Amino acid sequence: MSAADRLNAGAVLRLAARMLGRDWRAGEQRVLAVALIVAVASLTTVAFFADRVGRTLTREANQLLGADLVVVSDVPIPESFRGEARRLALAVTEAVRFPSMTQASGRTLLTEVKAVSSGYPLRGKLRIRESATGPDLEPARIPAPGSVWVDDRLLRRLDIRIGDRIALGEREFTVAAMVTEEPESSAGFLNLGPRLMLNIDDLASTALLQTGSRVSFRLFVAGEMQDVGAFRDYAARTVRLGQRVEDIREARPEIKSALTRAERFLGLSALLTVILAGVAVALAARRYLQRHLDACAIMRCLGASQALILTLHLLQFAMIGLAASAIGCAIGFLCQYLLAALLAPIVSVSLPAPGWLPVGQGLIAGFVLLLGFALPPLIGLKRVPTLRVLRRDLGTPDSFGLSAYLLGGAAMSGLIVWQAQDPDLGMYVLGGVLGTMIASAFLTLVVLRLLSSFSRGAGLNWRFGLANLRRRTIGTVIQVVALGLGMMALILLTLVRSDLLESWQKSLPPDAPNRFLVNIQPDQVGEIADFFAGRQLKPPALFPMIRGRLVEVNGKPVSSKDYVEDRARRLVDREFNLSWAEKLQPDNVIVAGRWFAASDAGKPLLSFEEGIAETLRLKLGDEVTYDIGGSRLTAKISSLRTVDWDSFRVNFFVIAPPGVLERFPGTFVTSLHLPVSRSIVMDEIVKRFPNLLVIDVAAILSQVQRMMDQVVRAIEFVFLFSLAAGLLVLFAAVSSTHDERVFDAAVMRTLGAASAQLRAVLVSEFLLIGALAGLIAAVGASAVGLVLAKQVLNVPYSIDAWVWLLGLVAGAIGVAIAGLLGTAKVLRTPPMQVFRASA
Amino acid sequence: MKAVGLTKQVSTGATTLTILHDISLEIAAGEACAILGASGSGKTTLLALLAGLDVPTAGEVRINGVELFALDEDGRARLRRNQVGFVFQSFQLLPALTAVENVMLPLELAGNHGARGKATAWLARVGLAERLEHYPRQLSGGEQQRVAVARAFATEPRLLFADEPTGNLDSATGEEIISLMFALNRESHTTLLLVTHDEAIARRCPRQLKLAAGRLTSDERR
Repeated sequence: MSAADRLNAGAVLRLAARMLGRDWRAGEQRVLAVALIVAVASLTTVAFFADRVGRTLTREANQLLGADLVVVSDVPIPESFRGEARRLALAVTEAVRFPSMTQASGRTLLTEVKAVSSGYPLRGKLRIRESATGPDLEPARIPAPGSVWVDDRLLRRLDIRIGDRIALGEREFTVAAMVTEEPESSAGFLNLGPRLMLNIDDLASTALLQTGSRVSFRLFVAGEMQDVGAFRDYAARTVRLGQRVEDIREARPEIKSALTRAERFLGLSALLTVILAGVAVALAARRYLQRHLDACAIMRCLGASQALILTLHLLQFAMIGLAASAIGCAIGFLCQYLLAALLAPIVSVSLPAPGWLPVGQGLIAGFVLLLGFALPPLIGLKRVPTLRVLRRDLGTPDSFGLSAYLLGGAAMSGLIVWQAQDPDLGMYVLGGVLGTMIASAFLTLVVLRLLSSFSRGAGLNWRFGLANLRRRTIGTVIQVVALGLGMMALILLTLVRSDLLESWQKSLPPDAPNRFLVNIQPDQVGEIADFFAGRQLKPPALFPMIRGRLVEVNGKPVSSKDYVEDRARRLVDREFNLSWAEKLQPDNVIVAGRWFAASDAGKPLLSFEEGIAETLRLKLGDEVTYDIGGSRLTAKISSLRTVDWDSFRVNFFVIAPPGVLERFPGTFVTSLHLPVSRSIVMDEIVKRFPNLLVIDVAAILSQVQRMMDQVVRAIEFVFLFSLAAGLLVLFAAVSSTHDERVFDAAVMRTLGAASAQLRAVLVSEFLLIGALAGLIAAVGASAVGLVLAKQVLNVPYSIDAWVWLLGLVAGAIGVAIAGLLGTAKVLRTPPMQVFRASA
Repeated sequence: MKAVGLTKQVSTGATTLTILHDISLEIAAGEACAILGASGSGKTTLLALLAGLDVPTAGEVRINGVELFALDEDGRARLRRNQVGFVFQSFQLLPALTAVENVMLPLELAGNHGARGKATAWLARVGLAERLEHYPRQLSGGEQQRVAVARAFATEPRLLFADEPTGNLDSATGEEIISLMFALNRESHTTLLLVTHDEAIARRCPRQLKLAAGRLTSDERR
């Protein structure tokens, strides 16, 4: 047994630490450590933030719901539910929610109205302020009849104060207080409209609840857990179409899913960083191995066992991993505050302090990355043959090949699936990344092969540069792929993003309707036309709208359980807007069947929007049955249409010919373009017809735009890490071949090559790598942009060849400059020093 | 070639180590001269300075009257390109290039037309006509050194520097390479400067310089 093997654990640890110190001074581990820091910082930034949001959702579940359980219905809740709740001795209260216009001081505002009955809320806190400067207090009862409570947004936007009067429907109320905290207010998440609360006893006198209004009736219950459980079972058995049960577990699912989606997007951005950092780690570890082969062979000669060599290096890497991950976590901790600040307008609740869980996640991710990519070369290191001391050409261990990165690839895949928190999404991203990598690797190989066959006739510099690239085929492929991925992220964020936004904005014509008028009663149709005519405005076309629920397809009952897709489930759960029309709207195109002929009037036929038919798996000729206010209508699908939704004109998924739907109660709806100078007309129309809802498209669009901007900024922030990782990859890639370049340059210098010639060789090599990576990045970014445009944003997007050219040129020049900077030393080192170092 | 007062010092931290002490020598055109010395005596450093591959702390080197260290790195490279050939102990072939491309390289750097033809001819002369398109890693040590010799002579240099050319070869192969080098040297009337610690090889040169601890201790001619 050798002396080294008799070292005790402490001595081994000390030796490993000393070796680490030496390597660190020599700069061997810096790229590796910085890559790890960047990866962990990026992951933990997002993880800390997600953790805070997640804990807010859990903490405020009761607050979000206002009860232990809520029955939600779009028709008044049947008495049987109340009876059962009382039988189970549960506390019960009710609310009715609907949108309506409020008016004060000559202004009108679309408002989310909630009429509550005494006892509200059963759970969670309601806090109000009875004067502008007064304290927050928990009210003992709900708003008194004749008074309403509003939130600060309503006060601000109508420019009124507590104590002022406000009109709602046909009534006027006194604003008695400002609500500062309220259950069901989405807890501040993605909260769009201003809110108003009134006593349910005042509701009838507003005359706002008319047929066809969009109303949500809510029954709140609370009590002992088992009684609530019994009620949940009863409710689940009893709910009919259009009714559902919400409890804490699924409180506000739409908010949760919106936030989860944002988190996932941020998480995936962070993953891109991790992937790039993984490449940097792999490159750095590979270089480390190459530089330590001799040292290991000598250690073996001096009697170190394979186990000792492995242990020493593993310990070194573990120390680096721990230190780098810790620094990364600290940076992540600080950066998440910035992220929270960027997203503050969207997540308007105060978030709890970050927890410790993300630190664990960061450490695990750091180690997975490090070991996944550094372990194979390390195991290779221990297998260095002792004979290498005598024959240097011996024993470059086989784990240098691509197969060594299988473990790294597996570790990375695990990390991606774990972070995406959804196997499907994770696999999708993984497939995308792998596909891009394989495609770019293949493209690189093909281009190298092609160029080689043409290189005979090329000048010395190109031929030599190309020969170098070909010699290090694997290294070249790794460099091109890594650089390509890094640049792709950049191109996506800059060029493609602005292209996408531009095409979306361009798709809106300047005279696109900017106001929707909803909830027009049939007896108001004539008066509305007179109203517009009296103001020298062209009366807008009014479209009938009847609300019905899909209950049967081809004679078979349907329910949301029959569908997997979220959108299909929602469509079946809620009421459809049906309409009738004689003529096809100009922005509609028939893609199957035919539009109604004059002779079709009165026949039970329906024209479906193509997308919705697809979602609901309906086809031409199917018979569908709608429940419209308790009566049934069965009709055949006689045509499918495409609709240009971006036109912002009123459009319907389902349209019947005249003479079919007229007998059902409904309302009318219209859209119009109102010049800014005439916007006062909307205040007048609401004053005249208080039941109308005016939806200001421009305001909503700008709000959506603002939110998008904030999300984009947050994502850009996370992408800064990706940029750092991309630069690291470039640096690691250049330095991974640095030693070989220095040697080549020394030989060429000896043979009489001038600096300009050496530089020309290096430049030709870097130009090739950069051009390939840039081209791959541009093509990849265009492809992702195209998918985003088609699948997510639904905007036309044409691939811009300039982006490709720009990617190619910018990649070539950027990499050439970075490469020259990174190899400046190559040109300055006298040849003999190089030969001595490598002798 | 003339060297005057060549001194080379290297500093490692606080201590300064003098590798060569004030060396002056003159080598006539067409002369074959061996530099002998034990390991660490400074012979490779001397060769490197004479060839302008390294920079001295003090002193000067003139090749055909041109002061090497008055030139910059590029100027020295240009001078080597036109007048100097090298054979190294560890061959120093470029691994990305085939045998013939390695020999072509100095010709191409000098802007020589017909580089491929000349390189092929030289490889044939060193007995590697069949191995033109092989990469260094596919050649034995002896074959690699033959490529290096072919590369050194290809530009028809006036000066040939050889640093322990047999150091990495077995004695039979080493003998072959030395014989080849001397034969080519005779044919092309090159000035040869050979660094070795092998007395037998050194004896084949008419003139022998001995170095010990960085000082020139003897200068013998036969």
